[in-house]
This record gives sequence, structure tokens and C-alpha cells, in this order.
Amino acid sequence: MGKLRKKGESGAATLYIARNQALNKLQLSLPDFRRLCILKGIYPVEPKNKKKVNKGSSANRTYYYIKDIQWLAHEPVLNKFREFKSFLKKLKKAIGKEEPRTAEKLEENKPVYTLDHIVKERYPTFIDAIRDLDDALSMVVLFSSLPQTDKIEGKVVKNCKRLYVEFQHYIIASKSLRKVFFSIKGIYYQAEISGHPVTWITPHSFCQDMPADVDFRIMLTFIEFYTTLTGFVNFKLFNTVNLHYPPKLTTTETTSDNDNSYCQESELESEGLAALSRSLLTVPKESGDDPVIDEFPLETETEDEQAQKAKNEQESLDRLLNLFSECKIFLSREVPRESLVFIIRSFGGEVSWPSSLALGSSFEETDETITHQIVDRPLQGHRFLSRYYIQPQWMADSVNYRRLLPVEDYFPGVDLPPHLSPFVKEEEGDYIPPERQAMLEEMEEEPIEEDEKEEADDAETKTETATMTKEERNLAKMVMPKKNKRLLDKIEYSKRKKASQVKKLQEKRKAIDEQKTAKKIKTK
Amino acid sequence: MPKRSIDAAEKVPNTKKDTNLLPETLIEKAEGNDSTDSEESEYEGLESEDEDSDENLESFDESLDESIEDGGDPSQENDELNEQPEETDDESDDENGVNIEENEKGERNGGNGKVKENLEGKKKSQPDNESEDSDEEELRNTIGKIPVEWYNEYPHIGYDLHGEKILKPATGDELDEFLSKMDDPNYWRTVKDKQTMKEIVLTDHELEMIDSMQNKRYPASADDPYQPYIDHFTSIKMDHPISSRPEPKSRFIPSKWEHKKIMKIVRAIRNGWIKPKKSETDKPRYYMIWDQDDTQKKLARYNMHIPAPKMKLPGHDESYNPPPEYLPTEDEIKAWEEMDPEDRPTNFLPKKYSSLRLVPGYNNFIQERFERCLDLYLCPRQRKMRLNVNPDDLIPKLPKPKDLQPFPTTQALVYHGHEGVVRCLSVDPTGQWLVSGGDDKTLRYWEIATERCLKTIQFEDRVQSVAWNPSTSLSLVAVVVSDTVVIANTFHGDKLICSATDQLISSYEPPSDAKEQLVSWSEIKVNENGHKDGSRLVLKHKKAIQQVTWHSKGDYFSVVLPDGANQSVVIHQLSKRRSQQPFRKSKGLIQCVCFHPIKSFLFVATQRYIRVYDLSKQELLKKLQSSAKWISSMAIHPGGDNIIVGSYDRRLCWFDIDLSAYPYKTLRHHKKAVRQVTYHQRYPLFASCSDDGTVIICHGMVYSDLMQNPLIVPVKLLRGHKPTENLGVLDCAFHPSQPWIFTCGADSTVRLYI
Repeated sequence: MGKLRKKGESGAATLYIARNQALNKLQLSLPDFRRLCILKGIYPVEPKNKKKVNKGSSANRTYYYIKDIQWLAHEPVLNKFREFKSFLKKLKKAIGKEEPRTAEKLEENKPVYTLDHIVKERYPTFIDAIRDLDDALSMVVLFSSLPQTDKIEGKVVKNCKRLYVEFQHYIIASKSLRKVFFSIKGIYYQAEISGHPVTWITPHSFCQDMPADVDFRIMLTFIEFYTTLTGFVNFKLFNTVNLHYPPKLTTTETTSDNDNSYCQESELESEGLAALSRSLLTVPKESGDDPVIDEFPLETETEDEQAQKAKNEQESLDRLLNLFSECKIFLSREVPRESLVFIIRSFGGEVSWPSSLALGSSFEETDETITHQIVDRPLQGHRFLSRYYIQPQWMADSVNYRRLLPVEDYFPGVDLPPHLSPFVKEEEGDYIPPERQAMLEEMEEEPIEEDEKEEADDAETKTETATMTKEERNLAKMVMPKKNKRLLDKIEYSKRKKASQVKKLQEKRKAIDEQKTAKKIKTK
Repeated sequence: MPKRSIDAAEKVPNTKKDTNLLPETLIEKAEGNDSTDSEESEYEGLESEDEDSDENLESFDESLDESIEDGGDPSQENDELNEQPEETDDESDDENGVNIEENEKGERNGGNGKVKENLEGKKKSQPDNESEDSDEEELRNTIGKIPVEWYNEYPHIGYDLHGEKILKPATGDELDEFLSKMDDPNYWRTVKDKQTMKEIVLTDHELEMIDSMQNKRYPASADDPYQPYIDHFTSIKMDHPISSRPEPKSRFIPSKWEHKKIMKIVRAIRNGWIKPKKSETDKPRYYMIWDQDDTQKKLARYNMHIPAPKMKLPGHDESYNPPPEYLPTEDEIKAWEEMDPEDRPTNFLPKKYSSLRLVPGYNNFIQERFERCLDLYLCPRQRKMRLNVNPDDLIPKLPKPKDLQPFPTTQALVYHGHEGVVRCLSVDPTGQWLVSGGDDKTLRYWEIATERCLKTIQFEDRVQSVAWNPSTSLSLVAVVVSDTVVIANTFHGDKLICSATDQLISSYEPPSDAKEQLVSWSEIKVNENGHKDGSRLVLKHKKAIQQVTWHSKGDYFSVVLPDGANQSVVIHQLSKRRSQQPFRKSKGLIQCVCFHPIKSFLFVATQRYIRVYDLSKQELLKKLQSSAKWISSMAIHPGGDNIIVGSYDRRLCWFDIDLSAYPYKTLRHHKKAVRQVTYHQRYPLFASCSDDGTVIICHGMVYSDLMQNPLIVPVKLLRGHKPTENLGVLDCAFHPSQPWIFTCGADSTVRLYI
């Protein structure tokens, strides 16, 4: 007879550790543990079988991988936490004893930790970091727009602002912005960095509502890590496009008398950077030209098609990247200047704004070569005939459509066409608004023929499968195993729900359209 | 008046001194006393006296000098003192009424006088020091920082060192004021001290000071702010030391204690207790950490990592200018607001703004980010494989029902006539007639082809079960009416057979050794009631009967009495009119029984189990375990190796007796209790009927190859019966030769599907 195997000594039971056990093991308080988890990116896991892990009980507990906790135990930052704790004790003692010199000395030698090694550990490759950049960027942007309070240090806000400006400069320099969406929550951007989409949201530029039930300590721990991550990512990104890091402007003659009125001398450079209006100094380097896709003679048809597709894609991308290259755009007041400048510059446009508005405007409103002027209020006063006056939505829609849209729909005071989300990927059975439908058709005029062919093929196969009558289907369903039946029921339920929603939207739209046409007829 | 005299004596020196100091005022006082009787005047005098004394303070020096010049003889004073009592006496003589007050005054004056005496003494010692003088003056003022107005109502102002009241100096009236204005050359430089209520004549020096202050100059003209600096402790080293004491040794020896202190610090630095201040290096904050693409060094953890799902990207409805159909109606807004925040499909309400400038800040931005942060570090993560299943793939590919024909597909005929629930039916083995019984206490014969009711037989109770004798040589049917089984001649079919059947029954002769029977067999004679309807034999049981079933040969039949305990199954032999009970002991609540079509086996279904008995050997062959909770019905495949069992918990179990004691397949096609199951005698078909009003026809092919499992395919779902009072289809039976099925149900109809 073999050795008796005890319960809980092998398998899943040894893989997980409950949270309180982990706390005991690490000798940490819960807030410290949480902080460490945030910094190190440790998260609870859900065991596949709770009973096997928890000695047969299915009580609700939080589990961590035991390996993760062991990994935490060796963390240098953990020691720093402990050092800091003892430092605080010493400092308190010194202050209590009224020994200012000791306190000063202690303060000088305050333990500090850096998170550089954690960034490297969590993201062994650059691509990993890019994949996780979404949350980091959104948080950095949020903090850069927060006021300085008793909880949020001004240093942090300033640092976030700087990092975001740097990142924006990279996006402009590398032309990697792809999509823009004005939503009611804020402005969404999507960029493509080394082949990965990075999406972030910036709040509308208003004073943020500071909620009472938000624990800013947690947010600050996150931002601590995110700023480190974003900094290193920025460094790497600047390196890839041969830019100086920290960024420097190409022209240094910013210190004109006019500019001084906006900010202090010391902040002039950072403000100049934040204006985004000038390009950055590059590192002199013998760089090769952009790789051109060589055309290889292809053998099979399918590959040819693929190559054709890739080529089409590349062409449309090129078009997008130089979308505003022939535009000289002037921003009026009352438009979100920072975001629009960022968008225009990302697609190669020239942009300026009233010099009384902010630092860094490059040309005046009276410039005759201006092609477009962005306004957000029905016009009053002088109008230049040589330019189009349009609303800001035109920019976002143009970017999302990947071509300059006709300006007539976006004149000031005109009822704007709906602003659609570029992030929606239509699946079968989804509701597609008519505007989006038109956009899709327009964007894929050529490949539609192929699709039709495929569709025809599909239709043939469908007719075969469709011969299964409803009755037969019902009979076949009776024979199904319970598991599959439930799954099928779920799928069908969700489909039905979706269909009902789609139907609702369609009916709504239909009613609205009918109303509109009725009105038109009346007015006629 | 000794007392008074004493007073006067006491007073003497004071007044004397006063007079000495202020001779003019004394005279004035005397005059005042003479002229006016009123107290006020006296006060005036007093005040003026005091005033004068104050006024003359400035001229102290002169007067003092004079007195010194005079020789400062006390004798002279004494002389003057001597003079004073006389005067006072005069006064007292003049007016007695005022005396007491005078005394008081005197006392007061005495107080003043004493102070003044002291003053004078001091003045004599330091005649030049004016500041001292003023100090002395302040000494008189004992009221502190109390507002002077508080003394407005009193004749005195403050108290002196001895706790005596200091009387206010008399003030002149308007006239005096005017006179002094006219006469007094010093009037313009006279000010009144509020604290002491005295008038002070400012000196030239003071005037100068005021003047310079008013002109915003340095006030004290006398003090030169730019006096030459007197270097008391000179920095110039003198040639000769003040003391010739040699330097102590300690000056030349390093301090031991200092050394100890330093060593303590040194040790602390060496041992790392004290850390030197870190030099602030200009190391750049960020550097290249992803130097080379080091894909080789990945931790094992890397593979365990479950990346957090990204946040959902916004849809069209989140746009600031969404298509109109995404905007919620008022009802939808209301519903959204009433919903619990956790249940809401979206955490925002779509809204349209006509231009970008009108879009307000989003209130929950920080909240949303915070929740995302919480999700990132608090939410347990689990890797879940997303099933990307095509729902059509889940549905099993069955052989097409078309290929499995024939089977009943449509309703052909409906046999109307019953006036209540039709409980049971049975088809004649030739397939021409049908018999059915129900709650309306009738048994009806039908012609199948014409749906015509041929005959109706009325019973006393409802017909529970009916079974047509399977033998073609007999035209008998067994009918269960409460606790009796009635064997009746059908009178349908071949006349010869009918008569032969009658003859067979009537020709029965009881054996000689007739035993006591379990069940009483009684024959209905020709003239008796019911004979005309065809009833031939009546078997009276002790308990209500549930079911009757024939053996395939047509000689034996069996009945089930669920309440019969050990007599719950009784097997009757028609030819010998004999009854026997196979079981000595009840094995549970027996639901139904069946004869094996070929062998002498009996299948007995209790609530959960099916037992197979060999009747010839009288032993239990097998015990089949169904997954059902309560078996309702049972049927045996004509081959005899397979049985199907229907149950009240909606199941239909197919048993392969040779294969296993457990069901080969359990079908749960019905939505309600299965009432009856049945096999077709010729075609590979079986059917089940249920309370949900449906009949399901399945293709159940049993192969002769033992290795091949039976093929079970549902082929048709028949509807038609309307469930009434939770009862649907109660019985069903296949046509013996055609792929037809008869059903009867609670809607008092019998139906034929072909």
C-alpha cells in the first residue's frame, strides 16, 4: 500500500493562499499590503474549485497565488516600507523630545524608494508595457487636470502634466494617433504604438468634482506607479523616434516680451512645450528612410488578395497621417484648444490661436493663408472669405472617416450630423445607425464585391442548413444533453434580447425620420 | 473740645507745610472760606490749592533752591507751623458746621502733605534729577489704568499709599477759566492731566518736544541721536595685560570630553548609525530599461499572469451628439433613475448637445477612474475560455425524420361521444374496432374507419382500464370498473368467433375439487342484467383495480390493485377460471404489470423499480433501476428485450434488459407527467403521451446485432388534445398493423393520427 495522501498537501490547495494568511506571512498591515499589491500588480485570483482550496468549505474568501506572495516577500520596496515606519517613529520621538537637529538629520536621510525595478519586472518587454498603458495614461491625464489639495501634492500634478505633454509630443512626432471621439465623459483618443492600440480618455477641461467617497490614497499609489511607467515608456518612445529626452523645442526664441505675460520665467519652457505648437529637437542620427514594402511576385491568388488588402490599408493610413497637411487651421475662442491642437498637429496640420489666449501661437487670425477656422458659436463680426468657418466636430469626424469631410455640414449654427463612435466594431445582428452604415459602405467600396461573392457562397450553404425545419430543430433539441441545451438557451436568450434592442432602436429611428419628413413637407 | 484740639494739633504741621509751600493759595482759601459758606466753594479752594501745588511743581527747583539758600532751617518752618493753628482755630471759631468736613479735608491734605514731605526729602537729596521727580509724581497716581470717568461722581480720585482718598483738586468755573485766560500768561501752555485732574504748565523743553513730534521729527531735542560712540570695551589690544596670570594648561590640551563626543559620532558613522547626507547626483530620472528586447528572461510568473480586461470602449450612445435613436425617452430616463446604480445597463444617460462648447464636465469622472483602480487590485481574476460556439453546432445532427417514415404525422379522425375524461382505450387485434372507457361510466365501441360509435355500455362506476383480448380467436374485452373486472363479448368482427367465444364461456364446468378462490368469478347468465350488452364474467376483487392486461396468448390476464398489499397483483386464467396471487409479500406500491410477449415473464413496476419475475420458475430474474421518481406506465418491445417506462416526473426511460439494470437512455421531452407509453407491434416506433397535451412519436430501432445499440430518434410531436384540469392525454395505443396511433384525453375525445 502506498503512502497515505493527506488532504490539502498537493494540487490546488498548495497553489493559493488566503489574504489574511498572506498578511500574516508578510507581517504587513492591510493598507501596506494593498499598497504593495498595487505597486507590484498583484491581484486576487479565483480558484477553479473553491472547495479544493479551502479544505472543503466554499466560504467566500479572497485568494492570491502563493507564488505571488512569495515574490512579494522578497521585494526591496517592502523593506523600504518597514524602514519608513521606523523612520517615522524616530522622527516623532525626536520632535517630541524637541531635538530639532536630530529631526533635521533624520529628515535628510528619509528612506526613499524607486519603482524602476518593478516596472522592469512587471513588463519584461516594451510591448507588455504598451499593452498596459491605457489605464496609466488615463490616470496621468486625470491627475494632470486635478487641483492641488491637501491630499494631492502639487508636485504630483505637475509631474503628470509634464509626462502627458511628453507623450503627446511623441504621438505628434510619430504620427500615431488614429481615432478621436468626443463623448459626454471626455475626449477619447486611440493611438497605435508599435502595432498595439492604446486608448485613453481626457476629461473635458473643467474643474473636477472632487467626490467625498473616493480614497485618494489608493489613487495616489496607482499614480505613483503609473508616472514611473509612463516616464520610462516616454523615454523609450522618444528614443525610437530620435527625439531628445527630456524634450527640447527646436526654436529657443520663445522668450519674447509678449510671452512673459503668461507665466513665470522658470515655467516658460514647460509651458512652451505644453502649447504643442512647435516640434521637438531631434537627436542627430544617420537614419535610414522608412522601409518601403517591396513587391514580391506572388504565386497564389489568395496571397495576392491579402497583399492587396495590406496595400490598401497602408494607403488609407498614409492618407490619414497627412490628413491636415494642406490645412492651415486657426482656433477661435471657446473651442477645446489643447485637444484640437493635439489632433491637428498629429495629422500634420498647421495650427494657431489668438495670441491673447495662450502661449505659443504661431500666426495671427488676419493671416490670409488660413484655410479653416474652428468656431463653436454662430458667427458674429468680421468674416474672412478666404477660409471656411467650421465646428470642431469636423476634425474628429474627418479623422474617423480618414478623409476631409465636406465642410457644408459643419458650418457654424448648422444642425450637426451625429457624431459616431469610431470604436464600435459591428457584429452580426448589431444595430447600425444609418449614418454609420453609409460610412461603412463608403469606406469599403472596393472590397464589397468580394464580400458579396462570399455572401453568395454563404447563402448557398445557408439554404442547405436552413432546410432543417423548425419542427426538426425542436425535435433535435429534445435529444440534446442538458449542458448543451442550457448553453443553447443562453445563446438564444442573449440573441433574442439583442434583437429586441435592435428592433427598438430601429423603430425609434423610423419614427424620428418620419417626423422629420413630415415637418419638411409642412414647411414646404 | 479736646478731641478737636487734638485734631487741630495733628493737623498743624501739615497745614503749616502747605502754607509754606503755597502761600498764595492759602490766602485764597482763606478768602474763599470767608466769602462763601457752601461746600463747593471749599472744595474749590481745595482744588485750587491742589492745583496750585501742582502748577507750582515745575517751580520746585526754584523754591527748593530758595529754601536751601535760606539755610533750610527747620526753625523757620516751625515758625510757620506755629502760625497755622491760629488760623485754623479762627476758622473753627467762625463756623462750626464746616469743621468736621474741614477735618476730613485736613486729613486728606495731611495725606497729601505727607507724600509731599517725602517728595521734598527726595528732592533735597537729588535736586537735579527731573525724571526722578516725575516718577514721584506718578507715585501719587494710584488708580492704575482705570478709566477716570469712573471717579466722576466722587470727590476723590484714587488712593494714596496709606489707603487714604486723594481728593480731586478744585476746578475753577467758567469765569475762573476766562480770567485765567485773560490774566495768566502761561494759560496757553497749561494742560489738564486727566489722571490727577491737575493743570500742568508745560515747560519750554516739553513744548519743544511736542513741536518736534507734530513736525514728525525726532522728539527729544535734547538727546542727540548722533552722539559720538564711546567704545567702552576697546578692541585695541593693550600692551600690558590687565592681569598677569599665566594661561591655564587646559587652554593647550585638547579636551577629553570633546574627544569623547567626537569619537561617539565617529563610531556612529563607522557603524552606519549616522548616515552622511546623500549627495544629490544628477542622475536622470528616467533611462532606458528596455534596452534590448530581452525575451529570453521571462519569469515563470509571466505565464501565470492574467491581464486585466481593458475598459469597455465607448459606443455611439456616449457621443456628445449621438444619433437621435439613442436618446432615451422620458420613461426610459425615469426607469434608469429608479434603478439601482448597480443594475443600470450604462452608468450614464445619453444626451445630445448642439455644440461642443455646451458639453459640461462629467461629474463621475474621478469616481469611474477610482472604480477602475479598485477593479484592478481588488477583483479576483480568473482565466475563462470564451466559448465561441455556433448555436447550430450544438444541435445534434439526427437522421432526417423523412428517412424514418412511416410514422403518424397528422390528426385524421376525432371520435366524439364521451361526456367526460376518457381514461383508457384499446384496439382490437384485427385493427377494425376500438374500445374506450372513461369517467362518464360508459364503454364505447368505435368503428375506426368511420369514427362511428357502434355501441355504448353503461356501468355503475367509471371505467378505469380496458384491454382487448389479443387472441384473434376470441372476441373478448376486459373492462375494469372500480373493484370488478368485467369480461365482455364484443360482438364485433367475425360472427363465428363471437359465438365461439360465447360458447367457450358458457361451456365452462367448474372442476370437482373446487377450492376457495381469491376472487369470486361469477358468470352472467342469459337473462341477467348486462348479458345483452355482452358482459359475460364478473370478477369481484377486494380492492379497487388500477389496470388490467392480457398475456399475448389471450388466456391469462393480470390485474393491479395498488391498495391490495400482498394481493396487489392477481393473475387470472380465463379458461380455468382460476386466480392466483404470485407474491406473498408486497414489494411496494405497484404501479403496473406487463407480460413478456414470448416467455413466461412478468414485469412488475413499483414506484422506482421494475422487477422481472420468471413465473414458471417462480423467481426474481432482474431488478431494473429507473432514474424516475414515480413510474406511471410501462411497455415492452415486441422483441421482449427492451422496455420503456414513463414516469410522472416527465421522464421516459429506455431499458435494454440484456445490457444493464440502468436505463440505456432517458428522454425528457415532455413538459408534464408522462401518462402512457406504448410500442408499435410491427414498426420501430414508440410513443409517449403526457399531461401537457402532446404525444411524442419516437423512432426506436432495435437491431438484431447485439453489439449495436438501439437507435432512438424523436420524429414527431403530435398535438391536438386540449389539457383540461391539468390532465392531458391519458392513454395511447398503436394500430396493430398500420403506423397509426390512437389517443384519448381529458377533453373527452379519442383521436386518430395517421
